[in-house]
Formats: sequence, C-alpha cells, structure tokens
Amino acid sequence: MSASPLFEVRDLRVAFGRNGTYAEAVRGISLHVDPGEVLGIVGESGSGKSVGMLAALGLQPEGARVTGSVRFDGRELVGLPRRELRKLRGSRIAMIFQDPLSSLNPVMTVGEQIIEAVRLHNPDMSRHAAADRARDLLALVAIPQPDRRLAQYPHEFSGGMRQRVMIAMAVANDPDLLIADEPTTALDVTVQAQIMEVLAELQARLKLGLILITHDLGVLAGHADRVAVVYAGQVVEQAGVDDLFARPGHPYTRGLIASIPDMTVQNDRLFSIDGTPPALGQLPAGCAFHPRCIAAGEICRREAPSMREEGGHAAACHFAFAPSETIA
Amino acid sequence: MSVLFLSRSARPRWLTPPLIVGAVLILFWLVATVAAPWMSAHAPLDMVGRRLQPPSWDHLLGTDALGRDVLSRTLHGARHSIPIAVTVVAFAVAIGASLGAVAGFVGGFVDTVIMRMVDVTLSFPPMLLAMAVAASLGPGLENAAIAMVIVWWPVYARLMRAQVLEVREREHVEAAIASGATQGRVLGKHVLPLCWTPVLISATMDLGQVILLAASLSFIGLGATPPTPEWGSMISDGASQFYSWWVALGPGLAILTIVLGFNFIGDGLHDYFDPRSR
Amino acid sequence: MTRYILRRLIAMPFLVLGIVTLAFLLTSVTKGDPLTAIVSDRQMNNPEVVAAAKARWGLDRSLPERYVIYVGNLLSGDMGTSFITRRPVAQDVLYRLPATMELVVAAMIVGATIGISLGVLAAYFRNTAIDHGARLFALFGSSIPVFWLGLALLYVFSVQWGILPGPGRLDARATAPPMVTGFMTIDTLFAGDFRLFLDALWHLLLPAFVLGWAVAGTISRLVRANMVEVLSREFILTARAKGAGEFRVVIRHALRNTLVPTLTVIGYSFAYLLTGAVLTETIFSWPGMGSYAVEAARGLDFPAIIGVTIVGGIVFLFTNLLTDVAYVVANPRVRLG
Repeated sequence: MSASPLFEVRDLRVAFGRNGTYAEAVRGISLHVDPGEVLGIVGESGSGKSVGMLAALGLQPEGARVTGSVRFDGRELVGLPRRELRKLRGSRIAMIFQDPLSSLNPVMTVGEQIIEAVRLHNPDMSRHAAADRARDLLALVAIPQPDRRLAQYPHEFSGGMRQRVMIAMAVANDPDLLIADEPTTALDVTVQAQIMEVLAELQARLKLGLILITHDLGVLAGHADRVAVVYAGQVVEQAGVDDLFARPGHPYTRGLIASIPDMTVQNDRLFSIDGTPPALGQLPAGCAFHPRCIAAGEICRREAPSMREEGGHAAACHFAFAPSETIA
Repeated sequence: MSVLFLSRSARPRWLTPPLIVGAVLILFWLVATVAAPWMSAHAPLDMVGRRLQPPSWDHLLGTDALGRDVLSRTLHGARHSIPIAVTVVAFAVAIGASLGAVAGFVGGFVDTVIMRMVDVTLSFPPMLLAMAVAASLGPGLENAAIAMVIVWWPVYARLMRAQVLEVREREHVEAAIASGATQGRVLGKHVLPLCWTPVLISATMDLGQVILLAASLSFIGLGATPPTPEWGSMISDGASQFYSWWVALGPGLAILTIVLGFNFIGDGLHDYFDPRSR
Repeated sequence: MTRYILRRLIAMPFLVLGIVTLAFLLTSVTKGDPLTAIVSDRQMNNPEVVAAAKARWGLDRSLPERYVIYVGNLLSGDMGTSFITRRPVAQDVLYRLPATMELVVAAMIVGATIGISLGVLAAYFRNTAIDHGARLFALFGSSIPVFWLGLALLYVFSVQWGILPGPGRLDARATAPPMVTGFMTIDTLFAGDFRLFLDALWHLLLPAFVLGWAVAGTISRLVRANMVEVLSREFILTARAKGAGEFRVVIRHALRNTLVPTLTVIGYSFAYLLTGAVLTETIFSWPGMGSYAVEAARGLDFPAIIGVTIVGGIVFLFTNLLTDVAYVVANPRVRLG
C-alpha cells in the first residue's frame, strides 16, 4: 500500500433535516482507495453507501448536512467551493449509476452527451475533435458502428449498450477514480457479466481507482481488491476480499455471504437475513444490527461495538475474531 | 383569517392557505350578493353626490359620471354577476352533460353527430363566438347569457362523455346490462351517479371564468345595459372617464377578487389531488 | 403519430365547413330576418340595395339553397359588406389581421419568456418565497380582466408616470410606413426607419404584457410542474456528476426535457390570446381584428362580426394544427416511433 491514498474518507456523516431535527443516513464512514485499486462497498439498499459516496463528491440531496473529511489526491473536498468540486467531477472523479436508461438524458443524442462530457473539461477542444474522441470512447467500450450510434437517442440502445455509453462517458477525461454505483443491478443477468468485464478491463488499462458499490457481495468476489461492508450508515467490516470471504468477522457479512446465489448448487430457497435495516432516524440502542443478529448477546443491546482490527482486517462486532467463534 | 396562522399540525391537511384565501374571497361576494342593500350606504342608481368625486370618507370609491356612489354600485354588482354566472353554468352543464352522457352511452352515429358539434363549437375563440352570437341575438343580458351557454356547453359534453365511457366499462355496469336492465335504467341508476362529481367540481371552478366572460361582453356593450350596476359595463364607464381612475377601480377589483377566489380554490384543490407537484 | 397528423389534416376541411355552417346559422337567427344581417338599417329604405342583396344572397329562396349560396359566396371570398366601413368585410379583415397577429405574437413572446423563466425559477427554488411569488403572479394573471388591467396600466405608466407611450401602434405625430407585411415592427425596418421601429416596439410593450400576463401564468405553472418532475430524474444527477454547472443542468438538461409540453401549452394559449386580443385592442386603440369585431358588435354590423368570427375560427384551427405538428417534430421518440 502506498503512503498516501488516492481517495480517503474519514468519519463522513450525512444528515437530513426535518423540522429542525437531523437524522443521520451516513454515520461516520471511513475508508480509502489507493491508486489503481478496486474497493468494493457492499450493503443493502438504504444502508447509506450511495448517499455517502455522492455526498463525498458534493452531490448530496438538497438540505443534507455533510460533515467529516474527504480527501482526494491530498485535497480536502468537504467544504470545497462548488466550482472547484465541479472541475473535479467528470474529469478526475467520474461516476456511473444503476439504471442507464434513466441516467441518460432522453432528449439528447448519445453523441451530444458524450461530447458534452468531453468539452465540459476541455472547453478549448473543437466540436470536431470532441466528436472524434466520442467515437474512440465508444470503440473503447466495444460498441460497434460508433458513427451511427452517436447520432442515436438512448431509447434506441439496449440496456447493456446504454451502460457501456455511461462508462464511455465516465472515462471520457481519463479519471483517476471511478465510482460505479450498482452498475449491473438494472441489467439482465447475461449482460451483467459483460459489463463487469468491460469495467475490469478499463480499470486495468487506465489504472483507475475504482469504487464498486453493490448490494451483491458475489459481484465483488472476482473483481474487488478490498471490501467495505456498510450497515445502517457505518462501515461494519473492512478487509481484503479473500480474507473477508475466508474469515468474515461480522455476522452481517456472514449473512451477506450466505445469501450469494450459488450457481453450482441447486438451491431452491436462497438464504436471506431476517428483518429490515433500521429506518432513517430510528436506530436501535446498542449495536445497530442486533435486532437482526442471530448471535446477539446482552452487550449488543447496550453498547455499540467499536472497530476491532486484526492484521488489516477490521470488524465492528463485540464478538469479532473471538476464538470461541461458533456462529454459523 | 386567523386559520391561516394556525400551525400546520392544528389545521386539517386539506385546508391549505390557497383554499382558505379563496373561500374567504368567494364568501365575501356571496354575502354581498344577498346583503348588498344593507352593506352599501347608497342605492346603486341614486345620484347621491357631485359628479366624478375622487374617493373620500363620504364615498370610499368616489362617484361616477352621474354622481352615483361607486362602492355601492360595486357591491350591488355581485347581485348581477354571480346569479348570471351560476345560471349560465347551470344551463351549460344541463345541456352539455346530457348530450355528453347520451353521446358516450349510446355511441355510434349519435355520438359522432354530438361530438362533431362539440368540435366545431370549440373551434372558435370563445370570446369571438360569444360576441357573434350575442350580437346576432341582440344586446341585453339574457342574450349574452344564451351566447355564453352556447360557448360553454361543449366543455361539459366532452368531460361527461369521457366519464361515461370510463364508468360504462366497470363491472357493476356490465352486470346490470347482463341482468337485462333497460338502457335508460342502466344510464340513470348505474352510470350517471358515478359521473357527476368531476363535472360539478369543474363547473364550480369555471364560475370565475364565466364571470370574466360576462363582464367582457358587458364591457363591449353586449351584456348588461345602463344603468344596471354590472361590473363590466361599469369598467366601460370608467374607460370613458379615463382620467377619473376610481370609476373603474371598484368594479375591476371586484372582478379580480372573485375570480381570484375561484382560481385560488382551483389551485389548492390541484395541489391536494396532485401532491407530486408540491 | 404521423397518421394522427394526417387524420387531423383530413378533418380540417370538415371543421372549416362546420365553422361556416355555424356562422350561416347565426346570420339566419338574427332578429328573425336575415336581411337585417346583410343590409344596414339605413339602407333598408333603399329598394335597390335591398333587392340586390336579396338576389346576391338568395334570400327569397329556401334555407338549404341559401346555405349553398352562402358557402359559394364565401368560397369566392365574399363575406358581405360592412355596414360601418362600407367596404367588403374580407378586405377589412385582411387589412386588420396583421395588426392582431403582431400583437398576439408579441404577447406570446412576452408570455413565453416570463412564463418559462418563472416556471424554471419556481421549480428550482421550490417552496421558497420565489416559488410562492411565481404562483401568485400566475393566479393574478388568470384572474385580472384584461380590459381593466389595460386601463390601469395605461393610466399608471402613460398618464401618471409618462414612461410608456399611450394607445396606438405609433406615436400620433408619426406617419406610418407603407404597409408590406402589416407588422409595424417589420414594416418600419423595411422602410429603413430605425427610430420608427423603436417607437413601434415601444408601443407594443404594454399591450403585449397585458395580453401576455395570463399566458405567462399558465405557462409558468406548467413549466414548474414539469421541471419539478424532471429535476428529480436520474440523468440530472449524471449531468452534475459530469461536472456540469447548475445553469447548464437546469437549462440544457432539464428544461430541454420539458420542451414538448411547453410548446404544446404555448400553442394552445392561442385561443386565450385571440380572445384577450379582442379586449386588449379595444383598450389600446389597436387597429386589429379584435377592435374591428368590437366596433362591429357594438354597431350591430352583422356581416363584419360574422366575417371576423369565421376568420378567427379558421386561424384558431390552423394554430392548433401547427401545435400538434410541432409536438410531433419536437419529440424525438414520437418522431422516430
């Protein structure tokens, strides 16, 4: 690991106000990504993983309060003027989202949208040069007939092709960091693997730092270097990907691993964690996970656990790495 | 007005500020319709002061070219504008809704004929058609009212037909038809009762627009005739006494506030039924 | 969708025929005697005029025959002779149509500009004072009678403050340029007189605002509702993530997505504008179709009022058709689908 990470989030908190009282959706997330590294962030929907990453780039919803520290390439982003943030977004930090159909502007051609991405950060580039660049980008994400495709509207593309367009647009300015928020969730199963392949190939070729946000731990297995597990607005476990699968320290992680569909075993019923994540502003006392935890003890109801670390593997559970581990 | 300042929790959710303001404005004019003689200091046709007096304590809105009290005339104006608007809308609904219901329920040739009539009528700019009809029938409030009914009925015909077409497809209607009820019975008992609400709501909201149209016709001399204290013709008086600005002020504010009242209520209802746009 | 337009085109002649029929019926209900709709009171004693009119309009024949004659006369551009101006109605209307169109177009520009700007601002600053103010502006616009508003604004701006010109299309002392298009702003430019052009524009300002306010209100409400919806869509987040500034996000990404409904409401506002123009022209002594119609109605000049109504109806039909065509053209999905 290098001395200074590319992207480092420390104690990031995002709170939404309602009638003067604030409820935290993100309750102190800390994580980091090194240059060229792939970090997976996994958690159920509503766990605060997307909100947190968006807020880190200044894209929080209106009225949200963001505190903590987000450093990118040594520069503090929280509190940075909007103009400065805007210069970073789309040039050095890019994002792609879950549903490529709703993420593309329906009344602009694909070409217009890619060219816009290019020219926003290269205002001196001619339209013609930007169009050439757009064509190259489509070729880069393996979209055939780029000339014809550039003149088409998003609704003329298939789901997978749209996500390729989103990726092309994201890498238009050779970013250092790409944040992919559930990039395959809205796609057909057969297309998901192709899109992951495109992402992985580009990541390697462009030496991208990549944050893969997903609710499906299985997606991360072959693709992430490290994984952060997020529950109720906090990171509950962080580890190298192999270590995490081999030795999950948090019962929530174990639940997530158990709920990965196993292609090799014919299984009618998929395992799923009982219950639902706590609603915004309605956290239980003690460990936020304890009402759903099959191994919760007395202490879990009283006290929120702190992070315990063991050889680069951290977990926030009172019973993490306990020798007498007997939980299935 | 104090309801306006109640905290959000103390007020029913549907009772939004636009609704309250609208209701207060309309209520005021409804009271004036009934009680204008007791609310005003003078009779509307009496020449009670010197001609073209600017507003003073004796005549809060001044006097007109014949020395009549503008405020008294304005209050009495409600007794003309509101009943006319209600009558016009009532007739327009009666004609439009019946034809629309028949068109929707019977369908076929009858439907085609009625709806082409609707299309043609709606092909005219409303004001021009109302003027042409009113002029052809001759000046006077009654003829202006007939003209407005002719302009307005197609709106309710379309609305009613759409309602009937929608309700007719429902199960209980099909069941009634299957059980051998006569056409008239199905229409009257099973279809119409479910169609009225939107038509009546829209008709109520249209009252403001009809008041505006009636005043417009009177303004150009096709509606009320002097010396009737009708708002449109009072503004017309004001236009000929251009430099005595107060002559047109009262009737202008009267039209503005009552139409505003209806528009506020329409807007409030819209907000309530379409919370997405909040 | 093209099929829809085609169907509309085919329906056009029938609707025009419907308009003409309704107009014909109007002439026949006039005080029971259709002659009064063709010959003015003063000419009634002149047997020659009465006989000529009877012959030309077939008044001694049956209703269906008269209908055919009426339509035939209309087809040859004959709408009768105005009692007041003593000129053919068709000629009068053609002469006055451009002034109305200029006013209506100006009002549409004013209304669309104010309406779109306010709608965008109200949506972007939702539930703030700006939003509430825009709502009030819209509600007042659709509640104020134009004829009163025109009087009030003329009084305040022209008489009291003297910062805007009084009624008319040009300064009373100026001589109008030769009529080419009938649009004063364009004809003055053709005449190469820039000062006169400014004067024409200056005179257009107040009536255009008076007429355009209500339209501005309607448009602002519609634009607001659409913008609120569009601004919450995901591609807005994409645009921001690309590094687009707020102005670009709002105008290029969001507003462009509301183009279709906005165009549609602007097109349909034509009905209101034609109606409002009747009264606005009267207040501002604007020599257009509206003031012609009012003079005709006041003077019971039946050929004129019916002629104006027919032309107004046809103009109205065509703008609605244009709106539908614009809807198809502006909507890439519909166009390609």
